[in-house]
Amino acid sequence: MYETPKLLGSGDSCLVVEFSDAIEIDANIKLQCLRHALDDLKIKGVRECVPTYRSLSIHYDPVKLSREKLEKIVSRSLEKPVESGGALKRVLVMPVAYGGEYGPDMANVSAHTGFDEAEIVKRHTARDYYCYMLGFTPGFSYLGGLDEALATPRLAKPRTLIPAGSVGIAGKQTGAYSIDSPGGWQLIGRTPLLLFDPDDEQNPTLIDAGDWIRFRSISRDEFESIGRDVNAGTYKPERFVERDGGDGSCHS
Amino acid sequence: MSFLVEKPGMFTIVQDLGRWGHQSRGLTVSGPMDPFSLRLGNVMLGNDENDAALELAVGGFEAVFQRECCVVLTGAGLPMTINGCHAPTWTVHYVHADARVAVRVPPSFADGCRSYLCVSGGIDVPIVMGSRSTFTRGKIGGYMGRALTAGDAVQIGPPAPLWRISAGFTCPDRFRPGRCRDEPIHAMDGPQIDSFTDAGVKTFYNETYTVTDKIDRMGYRLDGPVIAHKDGADIISDGIVHGSVQVPGEGKPIVLMSDRQTTGGYTKIAVVSTWSAALLAQKTPGAAVRFHRVSEKEAAGYLTSFENDLRRLDEMRATYRSRRIW
Repeated sequence: MYETPKLLGSGDSCLVVEFSDAIEIDANIKLQCLRHALDDLKIKGVRECVPTYRSLSIHYDPVKLSREKLEKIVSRSLEKPVESGGALKRVLVMPVAYGGEYGPDMANVSAHTGFDEAEIVKRHTARDYYCYMLGFTPGFSYLGGLDEALATPRLAKPRTLIPAGSVGIAGKQTGAYSIDSPGGWQLIGRTPLLLFDPDDEQNPTLIDAGDWIRFRSISRDEFESIGRDVNAGTYKPERFVERDGGDGSCHS
Repeated sequence: MSFLVEKPGMFTIVQDLGRWGHQSRGLTVSGPMDPFSLRLGNVMLGNDENDAALELAVGGFEAVFQRECCVVLTGAGLPMTINGCHAPTWTVHYVHADARVAVRVPPSFADGCRSYLCVSGGIDVPIVMGSRSTFTRGKIGGYMGRALTAGDAVQIGPPAPLWRISAGFTCPDRFRPGRCRDEPIHAMDGPQIDSFTDAGVKTFYNETYTVTDKIDRMGYRLDGPVIAHKDGADIISDGIVHGSVQVPGEGKPIVLMSDRQTTGGYTKIAVVSTWSAALLAQKTPGAAVRFHRVSEKEAAGYLTSFENDLRRLDEMRATYRSRRIW
């Protein structure tokens, strides 16, 4: 992580604040803090702040806000000390039916890692995954924290259609497909949750950058019943905030 | 229903100024390839600037209007007819019920390839996540998330009061973007300029590139001299803006446009100015592109002066009275 974040111009309407040249959770937590601080300021002329692994892109309208003024506001926000008192983790529990028709590549992952299905599920659900950013398709989350023993290369031949909710592994990454899309990840399960909902104006995606994801293994029956509730709009995803005991976080 | 599409044209989609505010969720902004022409058209009609219009690529569009309204075609110089009569671009035309509006394919695209058919009241499609813009790759927004096809029945919104008085109003030449299509494309150094060799940066700003046939609303792939990286073209994925110039390993630039992905993992040597991105969007395969380095201040200056022009045009329209007798 850089000692002082770098301010990089990105055209006439965007300022990039880069925190690191590597994927580091501390740098990402810092930029999520800056993102929320700027969002809270509701700066006239700022269109939106977009977090990625290690930088925050601030999109603005130069007719309403000059680069100099924006840089000043950003520098001031960066100087403010981050709230202390232990990190708070915003956790989302994602129920997943592993294997079978929902996880057609379980055998591949098993062959590559040498673990049986039960061990793969045990390891995949044993950790919380940090969502660094969303991208690729609406709601697709880039999660960090996969048990390296589960790492499996992508399919040699990508599928042309992967159903929304499919949970997969690609190299050292894991994640869930938010909408039906092509892709080459090794699919090990599926969540009945709706990851992208264009009708939800406020939170069109279930996961936001900075969230922690906890996978929970569910049965086929549970998959069906949660799926029915999701379709009826009555399912409330399990979310909670817990203390991590690490360094500062702004998710209070 | 307000008009019935008889010929959809090559690629006709509904666009307003874009779906902002959801890039952090991985959602593309979309919006017009030439936002200036869309805004001018809306102002000429007394619409809200953000009202939706049809973005037509190349032309070949034909529709029958069920309801009277005013229309204006802005952007490229695609030829328009109303009931078979020539209807000049950049002029507001009154369209009566049952009139046939056609935008034809021009003999050449010297005057651009993307036009905006703006209608009084705007195109009325459902607002999805704050916008009417079509994002075809994600099947989101616009007319059922897709380009128009023959038989589509498209709604028009309620027009502003006194919408008729704009008929005949013409946008003065000096306000129209893209008058000089051979002018260099303005660009600023990108966030990964340091990933390129000095020679690579020189190549980018000094050589001439050509628009390939791999162009769409997502991006423009250019061909020309290879731009040298210091060591590798891959970075940790970060944000992308309208006009970002990505240079992947093969060394040829790709300029990202309206339907760009929100994040990307290639080095960005430069960012095309917002103003110039709209000019680039009017170019067709084979066209020459030269990049000219400008400061962020210079680039922003174009946007401020456009804003002033737009206000002036709005004042002109407000004092304009159609000579047509109703």
